[in-house]
Amino acid sequence: MARYVIRRLGLAVVTLFILSVVVFVVASVLPGSVGRAILGPFALQESVDQINKELGVNGSLYSQYFRWISHAIRGDFGDSYKFQGPVTDYLASAFWSSTKLAVLTLIIVVPIGILGGAIAALRKDQASDRIITVTGLSLAVTPEFAIGIVLILFFAVKLRWVPAGGSADGSIIQQFKVLILPAVTLSATLFGYIARMTRAGTIEALAADYTRTAELKGLSRSRVLGVHVLRNALLPTIAVLASQMSYLLGGLLVTETMFNYKGLGLLIANAANDRDIPMLMAAVFVVGTFAMIMTLIADVITAWLNPRIRFGSHV
Amino acid sequence: MSEPTLEFEDLKLAYMVRGTAREVLRGVSFAIQAGEAYGLVGESGCGKSTAAYAAIRSLPRNARVLSGAVRLAGRDVLSLKKNELRDLRANTVSMVYQDPSQALNPTIRVGPQLIESFTVMGVDKHEALKRSTAILHKVQIADPDVVMDRFPHQLSGGMQQRVVIAMALACDPKLLILDEPTTGLDVTVEAEVLDLIRNIRTEYGTSVLFISHNLSVVRSICDKVGVLYAGKLVEEGSAQNVFEHAVHPYTIGLLKCLPTHGLRKDAQRLSTIPGFLPSLGADLPTCVFVERCSFADETCTTEVPLWRSLGTSSVRCHHAEKVAGSPAENEIAGVSVEINRKIKPILELVNVSKSFHQGGQSFKAVQDVSLSLYAGETLGLVGESGSGKTTLAHTLLGLHAADAGGKILCDGKELLPGRRRRTLEQIRAIQIVFQNPDSALNRRRSVRKIITRTLRHLARVTPEEIESRLRSVIAAVRLTEGHLDMRPGQLSGGLKQRVAIARAYAGQPRVMVCDEPTSSLDVSVQAAILNLLADIQRESNTSYLFISHDLRVVRYLSDRIAVLYLGRIMEVGPAERVFDGPHHPYTEALLSAVTSTTGSTTSRIKLEGEIPSSMSPPSGCVFHTRCPRRLEGDICSTVEPPLMATPDGGVMRCHIPFEKLGGRV
Repeated sequence: MARYVIRRLGLAVVTLFILSVVVFVVASVLPGSVGRAILGPFALQESVDQINKELGVNGSLYSQYFRWISHAIRGDFGDSYKFQGPVTDYLASAFWSSTKLAVLTLIIVVPIGILGGAIAALRKDQASDRIITVTGLSLAVTPEFAIGIVLILFFAVKLRWVPAGGSADGSIIQQFKVLILPAVTLSATLFGYIARMTRAGTIEALAADYTRTAELKGLSRSRVLGVHVLRNALLPTIAVLASQMSYLLGGLLVTETMFNYKGLGLLIANAANDRDIPMLMAAVFVVGTFAMIMTLIADVITAWLNPRIRFGSHV
Repeated sequence: MSEPTLEFEDLKLAYMVRGTAREVLRGVSFAIQAGEAYGLVGESGCGKSTAAYAAIRSLPRNARVLSGAVRLAGRDVLSLKKNELRDLRANTVSMVYQDPSQALNPTIRVGPQLIESFTVMGVDKHEALKRSTAILHKVQIADPDVVMDRFPHQLSGGMQQRVVIAMALACDPKLLILDEPTTGLDVTVEAEVLDLIRNIRTEYGTSVLFISHNLSVVRSICDKVGVLYAGKLVEEGSAQNVFEHAVHPYTIGLLKCLPTHGLRKDAQRLSTIPGFLPSLGADLPTCVFVERCSFADETCTTEVPLWRSLGTSSVRCHHAEKVAGSPAENEIAGVSVEINRKIKPILELVNVSKSFHQGGQSFKAVQDVSLSLYAGETLGLVGESGSGKTTLAHTLLGLHAADAGGKILCDGKELLPGRRRRTLEQIRAIQIVFQNPDSALNRRRSVRKIITRTLRHLARVTPEEIESRLRSVIAAVRLTEGHLDMRPGQLSGGLKQRVAIARAYAGQPRVMVCDEPTSSLDVSVQAAILNLLADIQRESNTSYLFISHDLRVVRYLSDRIAVLYLGRIMEVGPAERVFDGPHHPYTEALLSAVTSTTGSTTSRIKLEGEIPSSMSPPSGCVFHTRCPRRLEGDICSTVEPPLMATPDGGVMRCHIPFEKLGGRV
């Protein structure tokens, strides 16, 4: 197991390096000089050169990269062009906001999704299966803004239970009130994916010979399901969850805009709009790193659940 | 007589398919007495597995019991409440089925899975662990603690099946149901598992319901046998009687399909049972076998034959007396063909090796194999799983590249390793028929498309000629024009395999590699396919490389045999000699593991231990760790014996001189 994790970690480091290069190169080939972008078309060339030098974007691409990465590793992503302050501060606050939203979403959607998928599998082809499957699919294809607007109109505007948006500050209850609508919106979108994967995994596990063995041992239904089916059924679900994590943390432009929530999605979109290159690079890099860590965790959990991966296949 | 352990009383059972009930069991009655082993035989689709699962009420959701009853240890299984059923399964009855690798949960260690079988009966954990260890000893697992700490995929097939049997024995069941428990295992492992089952029977006195399509295996285990056809028992009697003096035409047909008694293609064609099993739920108002029976007459199509005793057997046939008294049907003699081995061989392998890499280690799946194949000849490739048979076949086809240093020559020209580097002509020259036609044929294409594609792309037949070539190909594999527009899914297993053979044959290959082509087929279909392969060979002079784990099948079709162990050739020689001796000690052990329908109880040569890993092959002779005839001293474990020429033109890899090697057991 330890060897497996170390190998995966090694791979992760290599992937991170490639990601950093890609992020850097993409940012560097954006047209126009940075100094010109900041000072505007009427500034003197000397001033532009001066600011380029100050920002360290005048050397060769290689030296620029090295400069950037060596700082980035230490958590210093430079200063934001727009806010003139350290990128790390803004990034940290947006990251923290995003994390809160993601965690609440997962707390809502994972149990419901897995339960829904499992129920659908156990009642395959019956009414409850159809209802769960169709609901999940419909919610997954409905745009987030449609779900979000309905929720805002009903719970924020009509019933006035919760605010229509804003930042999650203040007491836990206050934060919860702000977070609940966007979290429910995202849960609705994700529910279909999770339920569908769990359903497929459960159906496969239920039909497997080992489940029949367990039943023929005379085990109780709950033990058959809980011990023998669930472990095998969840393997595909975990992979899907991991892939959805990076979406939750950085891909939420629509939801965050709608609820005026200052998470990473909004930060990336704004940075791109403003040509705030250090901010953009840092945010993309952080989101990428996070996605990789999530995949790694998912792989480790999968390996833990599935010994065939952990020990290699039998020859 | 005391109450039977299991009793079926006129059980009628149907599967609901789109709202209509399709009858699978059409009134099955039989009883298994305490301590008795009852074998249920018949071809796939006859309902034998359904009967087994009905005995413990583990039926698919769409199954409906129409009438009748099943009593297990005095309890009416079909009317038990859920918790009573659980109780029955936990304490009274156990089941073992075909694929042990599927029967064990891949994500849980063997220990907890086994312990669970005890705790379900209310045994406390500590005691359960002790009993688990003991039961593993019972199924001849030497180091239970090690095995319990393993995951199922880390055990070999034979070990897995032992664990499954141990789980089944946990509750000291009154009835043990075995559904094809050795199908898919190597002959050597099969023999061990069968020994184990026999020991268990003597020790525990458990009643056994044994389901198998393999008549020899049933014969070797069971006291009593029931022959099931289309959901009805057609014959029942003591195992000895049924196998030696079968009275129902179906039973006789089944027994005659087998290539037994050293039968060979040039001596005799195999008997087949014409026609097909009636489809599920078909309306069968009279004798169920009437459409395929050569004895059928007016009475058979109008009157339902009753279940009656005839001597010591019971039978459902109007003409049983006549059938039993009639002389054997005219056997059709095979045609013997002279193979010219003076000319150059079609295919020559010179020192072919194939290595694989895994986890930073490299191992040789095939090592230094040299073989030749002549025109019109069948070379049988024999060995346990893991011996490199399939790897060798794939290397030959260029599906993966052989290691540098070896040579494969076809018609005297060297074939490059790897299919992409071969010319169309060379690819066409060597074709393959796989074991499972279901996955080998594209389900979305019609038979016509499947064959014309080969004709067009591989054989480069012009569009004008395609139709006539297509006709000659399907005629060669005995398909009709009606089959051309069907898709594989609409065909039976045997017909699908014919299509697969047609596909391989369409490009007029010089060599056809047949990788277990009949292993997934019923015996009567197997016989037809073997006849077909023999016919095609005689008509077109095609050479076969024939791989099968069934030694009798190999013997029927092969002119020469090559025996592989751990990727190395142990011996090559004429089929007669390899089977009758003198032969290699490994061949001897393989042959003695084969159970025979005649029920002769020859003492089996036991192979100790498991086939070693090719990652770390044993020193000296690779077979020395399991060889029953290992020589005194350490020559076998230190010096690898060279391949020595034998007087019949073959080769042998053994330190024991040829003359002193074993003959027929």
